[in-house]
Amino acid sequence: MNVSTTLLGLLEPQPSHGYELKHEYDTLFGIGKPLSFGQVYGTLSRLERDGQIVMHDSAPGGGPERRRYVITSDGVTRLEQWLAAPEQPEPHLQAVLYVKVVLALLSDRPASAYLDAQRTAHLDRMRELTAMRKAGPLRRSLLADFGLFHLEADLRWMEVTMARLNDLRAEVVR
Amino acid sequence: MSVLLAARGVRKAFGTTDALRGADLEVRDGEILAVMGPSGSGKSTLLHCLAGIFPPDEGEVWFDGNRVDRLSEAGRTALRRTAFGFVFQFGQLVPELDALDNVALPLLLGGVRRGEAYAQAANWFPRLGLSELEHRRTGELSGGQAQRVALARALAVRPKVIFADEPTGSLDTLTGEQVMDLLVDVAREEGATVIIVTHDARVAAYADREVVVRDGLVSDFRAAAR
Repeated sequence: MNVSTTLLGLLEPQPSHGYELKHEYDTLFGIGKPLSFGQVYGTLSRLERDGQIVMHDSAPGGGPERRRYVITSDGVTRLEQWLAAPEQPEPHLQAVLYVKVVLALLSDRPASAYLDAQRTAHLDRMRELTAMRKAGPLRRSLLADFGLFHLEADLRWMEVTMARLNDLRAEVVR
Repeated sequence: MSVLLAARGVRKAFGTTDALRGADLEVRDGEILAVMGPSGSGKSTLLHCLAGIFPPDEGEVWFDGNRVDRLSEAGRTALRRTAFGFVFQFGQLVPELDALDNVALPLLLGGVRRGEAYAQAANWFPRLGLSELEHRRTGELSGGQAQRVALARALAVRPKVIFADEPTGSLDTLTGEQVMDLLVDVAREEGATVIIVTHDARVAAYADREVVVRDGLVSDFRAAAR
């Protein structure tokens, strides 16, 4: 998650305080991983330094929690560029799984047992996400779906790999 | 929970092909179990043996404390009509009948009087989001509607076990989720045990636990880990 551009996106509709942004971020995106206030105020400080937001007004007292920020035209430009740019597809998890399978084969460990254990862990997580999807609301359901589809892709890869372990062993073991 | 259904050392061959090579499985009362495995692994054969659709060549099948594999063909048919419900990938509704006829059919076959059978069948329609579709022919139903009618038909006899073989295999993701939500919710409300054969991890994630059939044997990795 790119916190700075996400905060820009939350600031675009209207000026907002740091604590309001944190609350909105946690509600929409921070399920299981809320932002700390330090992250919020540190990020707002950098965005202000880079001219992407400016202080809109400030309540008496002057601390960072009193300031209300508004997005600038530079901030809107950065937000638009970020939204329009496709994310780099990065199958990190598959890469880790792949490395573990190959290392297991190289060391004559039971790669299939490792894959079976991983499938069980994946299905446990999918059960949690299925319950989360069902409980709603829609924004949480769609986040759960995102996780479910990715885990499903991992499981498909594990199934194909399981069926080809002997061939892979023959290829990688010298 | 007590064991409701079990396979012990079940073997089944078709010609020279061994579909099951000594499968063992226990299913607890009220449990929702996913049976996973690659194509041709024997998972559908296991379901058919458990459901008494055909007897195993060797081994035992138990339901509610009784040997299913020792029943006659007529005994297994009676068991399927009274205690089991079935949902298949393509619904397998009778196309000449309307939706209500299809749901009433297992009740009529089980000897329930016509008026009572149709009254009971009609009760399932609002419960499964099928209100006002009672008199549609199966060809006039969408895939999701047809599968919900198939679910109503499976539930009509208030079965102790629902066997579902790839129940969302012919549906898109959202429709499949709706069918699975209904299947799981209604089964839990009814206290029914559900055995779902699937290769789809998203479907398996609805189950309380999963086993994997591979080369005609059942692997329960959770039990192995305990």
